[in-house]
Amino acid sequence: MVESLQELFARRDLLYMIAWREIRIRYKQSVMGFMWAILLPAVIVTAGIIVRYGMSVMSGKPISGQEIAGITVKGLVWAFFAGALRFSSTSLIGNPNLVTKIYMPREIFPLASVLSQLLDFGVAAGIVLIVFVITRLGASWQLLWVPVLLFITVALATGWALILSAACLFFRDVKYLVEVIITFAIFITPVFYDVEMFKKWANLLMLNPLAPLIEGFERTIVYGRAPDLPWLAYSSAIAFVSLVLGFYLFKRWEPAFAESI
Amino acid sequence: MAADIVLQVSNVSKKFVRGEIHDSLRDLIPAMAARLTGRSRPSAAKKDFWALQNVSFELTRGEAFGIIGSNGAGKSTILKLITGIMKPTSGHITVTGKLSALIEVGAGFHPDLTGRENIYLNGTILGMKKAEIDRKFDAIVEFSGLADFIDTPVKRYSTGMYARLGFSVAAHVDPDILIVDEVLSVGDVVFQNRCLERMNTILRSGATVIFVSHNLRAIAELCPRSILLEHGKVTAAGPSQLVMDTYLEHAGAEGRQSASKEVGISRVKVRRSNANSVAYDSGEKIWVDVDVDCKGPCEPFSVVLFLNDEKQYEAFHTSTEYLGCQPIAMKPGDRFSCTFELDLNLAGGTFYLGVELFRFNNEELIHVFYPAQTIFVNTLTEVRGVVNPRPKVTAFELLRPGEPTKEAMKR
Repeated sequence: MVESLQELFARRDLLYMIAWREIRIRYKQSVMGFMWAILLPAVIVTAGIIVRYGMSVMSGKPISGQEIAGITVKGLVWAFFAGALRFSSTSLIGNPNLVTKIYMPREIFPLASVLSQLLDFGVAAGIVLIVFVITRLGASWQLLWVPVLLFITVALATGWALILSAACLFFRDVKYLVEVIITFAIFITPVFYDVEMFKKWANLLMLNPLAPLIEGFERTIVYGRAPDLPWLAYSSAIAFVSLVLGFYLFKRWEPAFAESI
Repeated sequence: MAADIVLQVSNVSKKFVRGEIHDSLRDLIPAMAARLTGRSRPSAAKKDFWALQNVSFELTRGEAFGIIGSNGAGKSTILKLITGIMKPTSGHITVTGKLSALIEVGAGFHPDLTGRENIYLNGTILGMKKAEIDRKFDAIVEFSGLADFIDTPVKRYSTGMYARLGFSVAAHVDPDILIVDEVLSVGDVVFQNRCLERMNTILRSGATVIFVSHNLRAIAELCPRSILLEHGKVTAAGPSQLVMDTYLEHAGAEGRQSASKEVGISRVKVRRSNANSVAYDSGEKIWVDVDVDCKGPCEPFSVVLFLNDEKQYEAFHTSTEYLGCQPIAMKPGDRFSCTFELDLNLAGGTFYLGVELFRFNNEELIHVFYPAQTIFVNTLTEVRGVVNPRPKVTAFELLRPGEPTKEAMKR
């Protein structure tokens, strides 16, 4: 495993290059170009705001600026996570030539998908940041949590991406399953709502390892509060296990890739 | 001595499983459920297919090594095992140093990206660092001869251009071991020669080259030593010329047609004056011995001799009839033999020799024996193509209309 990591590190230029290729091709083929980076998050955020507006009309409480900011932050994180899983799951089967004809550490493909999504996320987050500065949303020391939260989110996404990409290679229908689960998962992840709305059921929702992370982003960025530490520790543990297990399984299955694809 | 071994393949076997393979959960889950409940029907026995069996060889530093074999003999599989794309079912492969493979040039190209972008992409795929490509970029473009098209998306390239760019990138990787598989079949003659030169340069720099091809001419030029793979086994190993002879003899044997009728060709032998061989020099005199057996009554016939080139185009054909001999009338139990003498005025390459028994008066084909023998003509530098008409330059002058005198440049 240490050897594999060393090899991966030695080939980091390839990782950047494959990620760059993914981005380049996505933008090259479309008229909208870089707009793609913010289109999907924008759709999710808009949907969230509409849902939230609907809720506020029902309950009679007006929707606050902070709530909108919160949904924006959560929508972006969700768009990154869903995109990373979606693109990485087809990353191996989308490159049959490279898998069967040239040797390289194959984990580069799912990792590059995550990386390219991270870049899109960066673009969208940059735009949101400008909006936040203009609207004078307060900054606090709690923002220092953001890199930590982002790191754990990326680790979680990467672990799952490794497993899903390999699973999609062995079983052709897994990619449809992934689509269905991603579509459905937005309901069990606190993107459009806050877990606190569910009172005693809140803890059940937090079992979703992404939930404490998404909530954490909202709390630190929008409300200037520290994340819920026990739940954050839980997410970190899951992320760590996913990453290690994902890498281990991927490397174990890798020798069979070329003949199974 | 042992320190100089850069690649060791010992007792390598590779098994592929044919038959019941589930490639979707939709198939797998019911199958697993059936197995758990013990209601599994006895499924069709899995068919194992051994692509390679107990293959062993060693390469020392700086060696050029050829792997010869017909399609499906396991050439590609052994390369995939050496490069690490697949793992052997049993046996060990030890590689010392940086390995680079040209299994399919341009495999990492993306059609929408430009030549320039693809050089970077493919270069990193083949194991170069970005800084290294920056340094070699101009040399790569220069070698490919595609400087004018370097900012064009490669989807607009022709197959030849594609291969040239792919080879150019791969040839600049500076590996310790370079694996080349059938790349030289693409591109024009000029580029093919440049590829061979480049590989020679790589060899001189101390790298090891493994060359896999059924382009026998290229193997002969580059590799002193090779192995022959047949049905996943090494059937010959040693100096390329001998290995090639074995390959060609076996290839001939597989094309043999049994004489089912009353009369049939029992033996075809190609030889130079003193000994059998399958490799000849252009212009050499060769003899073809043909033996015919007769088992039942038959009409008189003639013997036709023909030669096809690598692409199965006919280089020439002749017959005992054309050459002024009487039709051969045989009775059961008779044996007939004849010998053709040929001046082998052919350009370098692989040729397939065939013999037919033919009845000219009613155009009846009695027996075909093709390829009776595969022969290998050593490359000439002065001609390309099929024939060697022994060209010479007898005049060589430059005329310039503006000038009063004619300036002759004698060669």
